[in-house]
Amino acid sequence: MKLEIRYFASIREALGPGETLEIDDGATVASVRDALIARGGTHAAALARGKALRVALDKVLCDEKTALPAAGGELAFFPPVTGG
Amino acid sequence: MKTPRVTVRTEDFDLSAEVAALRAGDAGVGGVVAFVGTVRDRHLSHGEPAGSIRAMELEHYPGMTESAIEAMIDEAARRFEIRAARVIHRVGMLQPLDQIMMVAVSAAHRGQAFQACEFLMDYLKTQAPFWKKEETASGARWVDARSSDDAALARWGIAAGDNATPAGPHEPHP
Repeated sequence: MKLEIRYFASIREALGPGETLEIDDGATVASVRDALIARGGTHAAALARGKALRVALDKVLCDEKTALPAAGGELAFFPPVTGG
Repeated sequence: MKTPRVTVRTEDFDLSAEVAALRAGDAGVGGVVAFVGTVRDRHLSHGEPAGSIRAMELEHYPGMTESAIEAMIDEAARRFEIRAARVIHRVGMLQPLDQIMMVAVSAAHRGQAFQACEFLMDYLKTQAPFWKKEETASGARWVDARSSDDAALARWGIAAGDNATPAGPHEPHP
């Protein structure tokens, strides 16, 4: 299935606005993040474990354990928010 | 057309006009509490002199921002006896002294309006997908999230870390 990945703020500056990924059934937010980190380079740095990061699936905040829907969707990675 | 509850835009806003619209025709309203966030030209905690911050750029996640704040207002309406609420948040390039955003809440009594306004601010600060970038003499920098903002949200029984699912109604204990 196809997953649209989006990046915002400092992560967007490092990795660009986003990309489309082909992912396997049973993928979770954590497994997608791991796969992106495994590319090394700027991806490994921007999405590194231990770095404060928020994720949203289809524009709703979620967590690392969230399973990705079989139909695909939009997964966004971004730093903790600073509005207001 | 009815005024939307949530607006994200580049243009400035007129608080008086927004408050007037919020309570227009509702004689059940006994008070309105409003908060306006503005652009500072320095970080007091960094000990910076006046004028350190030359401009601020605000980025957001179109679509998610609006739906997240709509959900926050729904939650505020469940927790507090409010009549109406309005949130406007600006994005793009802003200058020191500019207005960034406003929250206004109307209610029959002030207590519920004060609480709902603070709840919405605490929620928005930690859960709405906005990011600030400051321009300074030494270059641009992304603003760091503050742990005190997470702590402020925790007062309402909501963990800021992972998701926006509230733990249920709790009285705040500031």
